[in-house]
Formats: sequence, structure tokens, C-alpha cells
Amino acid sequence: MKRSFQILALLLLLGTAGTWLIAGANRGWTKTSVPVKTLDPVTGIEGISYQPKFLPGVDFLGAGVLAAAVLGGASFLFRKKPTV
Amino acid sequence: MKTSSAILLTTLAAALVQGACAAPETFDFKDPKGVNNAVFKLDAPLESVNGSASGISGTVVFDPENPAALQGKIVVASESLTVPNPMQKEHLHGTNWLDVATYPLITFESKSFANVKTTDNATTGDITGTFTLKGVSKELTTPVKVTYLKDKLSARVPGLKGDLLVIRAHFTINREDFNIQPGHYEDKVAPTIELDLSIAGAAPQP
Repeated sequence: MKRSFQILALLLLLGTAGTWLIAGANRGWTKTSVPVKTLDPVTGIEGISYQPKFLPGVDFLGAGVLAAAVLGGASFLFRKKPTV
Repeated sequence: MKTSSAILLTTLAAALVQGACAAPETFDFKDPKGVNNAVFKLDAPLESVNGSASGISGTVVFDPENPAALQGKIVVASESLTVPNPMQKEHLHGTNWLDVATYPLITFESKSFANVKTTDNATTGDITGTFTLKGVSKELTTPVKVTYLKDKLSARVPGLKGDLLVIRAHFTINREDFNIQPGHYEDKVAPTIELDLSIAGAAPQP
């Protein structure tokens, strides 16, 4: 059980950090939409529309690290099986 | 006699055409293409908040023969203010910040247009008017660029003849002037708000 919790914590940590890095290591808050700019050729105005996209931020990374730490810490609540 | 009558008629016709062309036009800024936008930026030491508003409407009366006579009112729907983070957006619209339910409109109504300079189809100048945000009205003056695009409406909206008017402005306001959490959270939410307006209005002709 102890080992399972530790493996789970490690997987969670790597998964969270990996997702954050792959998504562009956004150092701001998590975004659920991103601005897309389009140029109107007649007026020269850059229009901005928002398209749904999940972009994990530092809050996502922090939550993942915290959850992994809690899991890792909880693993120490389990006693090692005594070896006979 | 015949020749002088012809000259008189031609002169009258020319004067009428010129008069018709010089007439002030009313431009509607409710953009069917949804391109019109106002960008806002708050750059605080700990956080930068960037967003935009798209719910723009209003009318501007512009006379290409007399650009200094420009006048009008631009309205932004507070509800259309958007930031990419959903929680930030919820806070922005909430009662502690913009309170969009109570104050659904942000407006600017012009009073005067000074230091007007026109080159080709572009006019620059300093526009003074009343800016209203969160129920507080303040007079402000900002540089503005107005570009008159004659007969360009059909290029933008096929089937419609008319002219376009593009307005660009960049100005800064203090949020405490408009009772938006004055003196609070200045490390995360900048006390000054930079605004960039890029809008196009149409004056269709029958």
C-alpha cells in the first residue's frame, strides 16, 4: 500500500509537470480559452475572438504538486510490513 | 444664350453633387462581422490582466468635408468584457469589480474634436468627451485617428453600398476614478487601465 501511494504520487507529479510543460509552460493562471486574432483586410482592424482551449497555468502545476505531496506524505502513514 | 444656360445648369448640378457629398454621414458601429473590439490591459507587478470587449455599438456623425465637426457616442456592453481565465472573468464581472449586472454599459460621448489634421483619408486629433464606467462619468481627452473609407462598405459587406469609418484610440484611465476597488489589490490588479479601441462603422447608402 505504501509503495502504491508513492508510485501514484510520482505519476501524478510527472503527469502534472509533463502536461504543463507540453502545453507551453504557461506561467500565468490556467486558461480555458485563448484569443485568436484575425485581420479585417478592408479596415485593417485586428479582430479578437476567443476559442475554447485548455492551457494549464501555475495554479494547475501547484495543485498537482500539492496533491502529489499529500499522496506521498500519506504513504508514510502505512507501516512497513515487519519482516520475519 | 443656350451655352450660358448649359453652364449654369452644369454649375448647379456640380454644386448639388458637391453638397450631397459634403453632407455629414451617420456611421453605425454595430459591426455585423464582429471585428470591432476594445482591448484592455492592466499591468501590475505580480500579474498582468489582458482582455477584450466585443459588444460594441453606437453612432458617429462624420463629415469628410468638415472632420472637426465629428460627434457621436460609442457604447460597450460590459458583459462582453472577456479574459481567458474563467475565474478572473467571473471576478471582473462581479459586484466587487465592474458589477456588469448593475452597470451594463460603458460609454464614451464626444463633446469636441480639437487639433484636427487631415491627410488624404485619415484625420487625427484630440477628442474630448464623457467616459462613463461603472456609473461614474468623467471628462477625458484622448488622441484619436479617424480613417474615412469612401465606397468601401461593399468590400466588407457584399451587396451593401456605402462608406466606412475606422476609429482608433489609445488611452489610459485610473480605476480608482471609476470606483473600481480604489486602493486595493494594486500589486495584482494595476491601478491604471490601458484601453485600445479599434472600431469600424458603416454608413449604408440606398
